[in-house]
Amino acid sequence: MNRRIKKAFRHTSQNEGLIFEKSSAGKRAFELPPLDVPEIDPAEALGENHRSGGVAGFPEVSEIEVIRHFTRISTWNYAIDYGMYPLGSCTMKYNPRVNEFVARLEGIATEHPYQPQELSQGCLRILRLLEQCLLEITGMDTITLQPAAGAQGELTGLLLIRAYLQKQGNPRKKVLIPDSAHGTNPATAVIAGYEVENIKSESHGQIDVEKLRELVTPDVAALMITNPSTLGIFEQRIPEIAQILHAKGALLYMDGANMNALAGITRPGDLGVDVMHLNLHKTFSTPHGGGGPGAGPVAMKKILEPFRPVPVLVEKEGGRLAMESVRPDSIGRLKAFSGNFGVLVRALAYILAYGPGIRQATEDAVLNANYIRKNLEGVYDLPYSLPSMHEVVFSDAHQKKNGVSTMDIAKRLIDYGFHPYTTAFPLIVPGALMIEPTESESKEECDLFIDAMRSIAEEAASNPDLVKTAPHSTRVRRLDEVGAARKPILRWDPSRQEADPNSPKHKAKHKNAEPAPVIPTA
Amino acid sequence: MRYLPKSPAEREEMLSAIGAESIDELFASIPERFRLREALKLPGPLSETEIIKYFSDRAGENSVGYTSFRGAGVYNHLRSVVTDTIIQRGEFLTSYTPYQAEISQGTLQAIFEFQTLMCQLTGQEVANASMWDGSTATTEAVLMAERITGRRRVLVAHSLHPEYRDVLRTYAKNSGLQVEDLPFSKSGTLDHQALRSALRDDVAAVVVQSPNFFGCIEGVPALAEIVHGAQALLVVAITEGVSLGALRPPSEADIVAMEGQSFGLPPSYGGPFVGVIAAREKFVRQMPGRLAGQTTDLEGRRGFVLTLATREQHIRREKATSNICTNQALCALAATVHLTLLGKEGLRETAQQNLSKARFALNELTKIPGVRRAFDAPFFNEFTLEFPRSVKILNAELLREKIVGPFVLGTSYPELTKHALMCVTETTTRADIEKLAGAVGRALQQPL
Repeated sequence: MNRRIKKAFRHTSQNEGLIFEKSSAGKRAFELPPLDVPEIDPAEALGENHRSGGVAGFPEVSEIEVIRHFTRISTWNYAIDYGMYPLGSCTMKYNPRVNEFVARLEGIATEHPYQPQELSQGCLRILRLLEQCLLEITGMDTITLQPAAGAQGELTGLLLIRAYLQKQGNPRKKVLIPDSAHGTNPATAVIAGYEVENIKSESHGQIDVEKLRELVTPDVAALMITNPSTLGIFEQRIPEIAQILHAKGALLYMDGANMNALAGITRPGDLGVDVMHLNLHKTFSTPHGGGGPGAGPVAMKKILEPFRPVPVLVEKEGGRLAMESVRPDSIGRLKAFSGNFGVLVRALAYILAYGPGIRQATEDAVLNANYIRKNLEGVYDLPYSLPSMHEVVFSDAHQKKNGVSTMDIAKRLIDYGFHPYTTAFPLIVPGALMIEPTESESKEECDLFIDAMRSIAEEAASNPDLVKTAPHSTRVRRLDEVGAARKPILRWDPSRQEADPNSPKHKAKHKNAEPAPVIPTA
Repeated sequence: MRYLPKSPAEREEMLSAIGAESIDELFASIPERFRLREALKLPGPLSETEIIKYFSDRAGENSVGYTSFRGAGVYNHLRSVVTDTIIQRGEFLTSYTPYQAEISQGTLQAIFEFQTLMCQLTGQEVANASMWDGSTATTEAVLMAERITGRRRVLVAHSLHPEYRDVLRTYAKNSGLQVEDLPFSKSGTLDHQALRSALRDDVAAVVVQSPNFFGCIEGVPALAEIVHGAQALLVVAITEGVSLGALRPPSEADIVAMEGQSFGLPPSYGGPFVGVIAAREKFVRQMPGRLAGQTTDLEGRRGFVLTLATREQHIRREKATSNICTNQALCALAATVHLTLLGKEGLRETAQQNLSKARFALNELTKIPGVRRAFDAPFFNEFTLEFPRSVKILNAELLREKIVGPFVLGTSYPELTKHALMCVTETTTRADIEKLAGAVGRALQQPL
């Protein structure tokens, strides 16, 4: 490992079993206040529906054991709070703690969705202000905050388009999706009742506008575009793309996953986009939490307004706000109750912290991506050379000559104290390294990352096996994913566990698989 | 700006390393005429103190100080401060979906524990890593049944949560799925006769909720027998998970779709919650969503990975079992911590308190002249009352005494205009119940 590497990270290694393995009958970690009404006999009240003796197999442990268990296993995770998390397309930025605090306030977290609306004006005003902020940022006319996540936002957008076209007599058959799109796009189009037609990117990674002109037939309902694309490149001809679609009566959907490149700089509404979703857990910093919860508001042009999912937030006389559930043209309800309110609260807190200064965050995100690109160009192959926005996509073409793949480089990055970038996506770049630093990284952290990536490139040339067997410093080594899928073990079952599952059974056979070649902090 | 870690000098240094004159150069690929010339019109910037003040002020415009008897899919339960302490650890809060297993073992092991707990609760063999909520889990369960059976008709109990039915219809509309409602009987449970006559060999699934929207507990074994007679699948939806501390699990169901909000998540005006899909193991390859599985590493140590990903959108794209990507992982973690804290005895005792308090409330309320229980099937912590007059007027009276009265059923069930769904949990005190009974009695004595 290169001498210049100053950042060292060693995973805490503890043999913490499953919670079920720590259980012993009679222990408990939570006590209720005494019952203040006559106790009834559940067997009598429930008859044959009664389960006596509690849930079989449920853990019985004390409070300190619960704290230790989850604290110990938490240390096996990497997190933004530890360092840079450059997953492309995921926008892993800092999650401000005040957002967590306000979402838990009494009067916010405690509110029931079915309480009277006159007792919910605070909640509704939060939603109203968030709607206004997101409309200003996207340049769209109207919005729904209902979708639970980006994929549900995509579905909402397509159902809105479908309802709009249906109203004109024909919902049409096809949705066009570029080959660089996220997997959710085609999966969603199918649920919305559309056939997917994939369109090939042209040689610079952009939408092939001439080809598009031919593809937009009267059967096409919409084009789903990601802008900037998953290559991190701005679709320069997007206004023209919108015109081509509109001329044929089709609409333009924008996947807003990469809005972190645009906020405060340009607005999709001004570019001709008809409908788009935002991932509040990306651009607006609500925490990913190991995979959710998120929220996927959908902003749209006026023509789609009548079709918004219920409930719809409306303003009554005197400034009172209300949620309306009866709308004749609505696409219907997407989830019970109303949106992921707790996530929406956090997003608003984030926007309020920046105000118009959100532009600075976008600028810093793009600055970081370009700084990393400049410093790694040549070391790693850059398949598409158009200017990068918030992320940069390299390929493993140089390292592949020594048998080292993007996955190997990603795993080796773990030994240097970083979370890997996104590997093997977008699909149009073989062996992709997709790097999105976000604005949350200092120059120092970017430099450490660049040093690590350069060092790994040297290792890939001089000692490829070291890279191919990485990581070497984590609690577990590479895991057998094929075995996991072949004979799935999806729940704890004592009869399928070994006596001492956390201790190594054998040494890895790879040469060069020496333990933790990490240089300690100087 | 306090979240941004760069000084002006560092920005300059980085720009010159790139070889750019100004930051604007980096945005040159955006056509000039579309670049914003003016700052966005957004409120702020606000300091941390001001942000807290803004949200505290909004909180003050909500229901603080009121006692609520509303459940209907969202429940107030005791929550330990330990749960929030754990889920706010940066390692859980600020990590991504655990695709890089070597540095995500904490999240992966927690998901594996969550899946195990959900199997133990529901009596099913496999459970996924979470869905968005109970309503989308129910819908996904139906779509799963459609894939398994290849059939397109779905029979849905009218006593399934009205908003769950709405969500199912939104998804069904464009998928060619035919959704039909099944009526409830006088006792409040599903009308078995109606089920038998609607059931044919083109039915993919029958969907019932238990306890159902009126609080009545459905007899799952008997329903399963009828449904399986037509080779259809029985989907059991559960909105109140705590009931499983006292009720026998729906093991005879083929798929269970559950809302896990009751497991340590605050009402939070409707979300974020956590949906669960649990099913028989033979159906696992048709399941939506993520799954954590056990495996070993290069040296034979136990470890966990996301598995069977060939069902999912990032691999299968338009052929995926679902479009779900981001799910409710942190909420699933909260449920895992909460249920671990409660443990076997704590959950049993919580359920027992719900049963006792709900029966105490039913007794107190039905002492009032004209107030009676509408259905006689066994119930858990919710029950339907029939009042001698409109519930909306009654609730307006109760609001004056700082009580949020029972959920009005008439909006979703026009045949139940004088009916309301009363919810009592372990958080409701005897004094709350007595205050409610007193207020209801007084309100009903007033002339119309």
